[in-house]
Amino acid sequence: MSDSVKPGEWIDTERGFISREIFVSPEVHRQELNKLFTRAWLFVGHESQVPKPGDFFQSRMGDESVILCRDKAMQLHVFLNSCRHRGMKVCRYDSGNTSLFTCPYHSWTYGLDGKLLGVPQFRELYQGTLDKDANSLVTVGRMHNYKGAVFATWDPGAPDFLTWLGGAVEHLDMVLDCRDGRPGGSEVIGVHKWIFPANWKFAAENFLGDTYHNISHRSVDLIGIGPSARAGATGRRDNEMDQAKHIWAGFPAGHGVHSAILPEGNEYIPSFLSDPIVEEYFRHCFYERRRRMGEKARMIPFTGNLFPNVSFHGRQPRNLCNWHPHSATETEGWRFFLVDADAPAEVKDFLRRYYMRYSGPAGMTEQDDMENWLYATAASKGSVARRYPFNYQQSLGKWEATGEGGSNAWQVSEQNPRNYYRVWAEYLKGSPWDVLVGGPQAKAAAE
Amino acid sequence: MSGSLATQPAYAALQAEIADFLYREAELVDDRRFDEWLALLADDILYFMPQRRNVKYGEHAARENTKVGEGISWFEEDKWTLGKRVAQIQTGVHYAEEPLSRVCHLVSNVRILTATPSLSDAQEVTTSCRFLVYQSRVEYENYTFIGKRLDTLRRHGESWVVARREILLDQNVLLAKNLSIFF
Repeated sequence: MSDSVKPGEWIDTERGFISREIFVSPEVHRQELNKLFTRAWLFVGHESQVPKPGDFFQSRMGDESVILCRDKAMQLHVFLNSCRHRGMKVCRYDSGNTSLFTCPYHSWTYGLDGKLLGVPQFRELYQGTLDKDANSLVTVGRMHNYKGAVFATWDPGAPDFLTWLGGAVEHLDMVLDCRDGRPGGSEVIGVHKWIFPANWKFAAENFLGDTYHNISHRSVDLIGIGPSARAGATGRRDNEMDQAKHIWAGFPAGHGVHSAILPEGNEYIPSFLSDPIVEEYFRHCFYERRRRMGEKARMIPFTGNLFPNVSFHGRQPRNLCNWHPHSATETEGWRFFLVDADAPAEVKDFLRRYYMRYSGPAGMTEQDDMENWLYATAASKGSVARRYPFNYQQSLGKWEATGEGGSNAWQVSEQNPRNYYRVWAEYLKGSPWDVLVGGPQAKAAAE
Repeated sequence: MSGSLATQPAYAALQAEIADFLYREAELVDDRRFDEWLALLADDILYFMPQRRNVKYGEHAARENTKVGEGISWFEEDKWTLGKRVAQIQTGVHYAEEPLSRVCHLVSNVRILTATPSLSDAQEVTTSCRFLVYQSRVEYENYTFIGKRLDTLRRHGESWVVARREILLDQNVLLAKNLSIFF
């Protein structure tokens, strides 16, 4: 049973059931790598990680190593980190600065634009045969630098980044824009990398807006680790969303977010109370953002996941994550922590300390997530367990269709994962791009 | 010079005293006597575990490890945060440590690098050691953390407190789902 891939049978978004096969089957994992990660737009890194000519950052797309680098003309490039001759990694440093990538194996040498420049004994051994241009490092099909966040896809026929993003752009903006509403201006201050034995989709799904799992973080909520905790507050973040109306928005290309809309005419809710300089900064940013954005400033970000594996925390804390699949049951998590590049030093220092105690494998909050994902994966492997699909019936039917083919839900909802797995199934079926980004309407039109 | 320090007569006694303190401290963690362990940490402790990067030869001193006061490390904690970590375990609903892991610290290669003001009247010492920490979790999960530690210990009455701990875990990508234990 598990050897054949039947995405249509596994994903029942009408009734709200999804097979455990897609979280444990090695064959499904292989097909995801072949059909999904070779096509979807993936997050590669942030321009602040490669500020100068010759800077590089070794990244990943799916299960493959790639290099993000900046050439002498300040252009960004993303290419496969594998020599065209025998495949050796041409870059084995996490980051750095270089003028060339020289393969350790036979010394084929590539430029910062990925072009093959040097081949030992070229004249004697290859003259007239080897086309250097055609044997350059494999470059991504498309790349897009969106407000400093670099995304790429292997498929040159993929729709442009903003089309693929659709309405999710205004939520991603709230992650990447300065806290005072100026567009862009964020920087990455560090990256966590760690391995956990769970299917990568558990992590992605968490950020689609699984607010229902709040209870699993009860320990940090009880003791208080948030930005105002040293001033005596409990909870793992400040209560700035308490008065807000929460929205779970799904998008045709499979993205899903949980954001919050503050009440009309709302005022700043004091937060970051542990430090007066930080509190003043966020108070200032709140009113400055409202002045710049008007009514739109009422929306603030919480979490989201851009299809397939790019998750974000938008505010407390603030970061972008990649969930790189290693196998059906093993994932490499990367978390890129963000601050406003021009924030005062006190603010940056406060935030990085908060991020470290909240996020990732050493973070008091997210350790409990990893525990859940691991044991959910492990307990889904069994022959009997696999007969029983996961239940995705939460708030079934309780959502509104949007004009662009997405959905808005106004209560805790599994509509976002239902939409996500609908799109996931289309990738595994090899559907055309208009179906992959066009939502159910495009699918109906195609049929 | 730590080399010449070890040849001085007072070194052996102080080394033995310090090693015994480090073993006792590790035992408190292994025995889950977390409050007693916290009491052995100075109020101004810095508990730091950098991330380790793969960098080009010659760049190690400058770039291999993330730094105190900059960017993101695995841990850059003070006593308040460490106290929160203990309190979290004690809620009984910190599921990453509920049920509790079995943890065993092996501490070895203990050396005294400096003793202030002197070996015979040391009030503060800097030490280096190696650690192997084994974590067995629930039924089948287990992790082995190996690395170096640089500790600064301060005399406190008859005993010592840890004033600074730098933990150099010898991994790049963390090969564990969590760092839910103490080092």
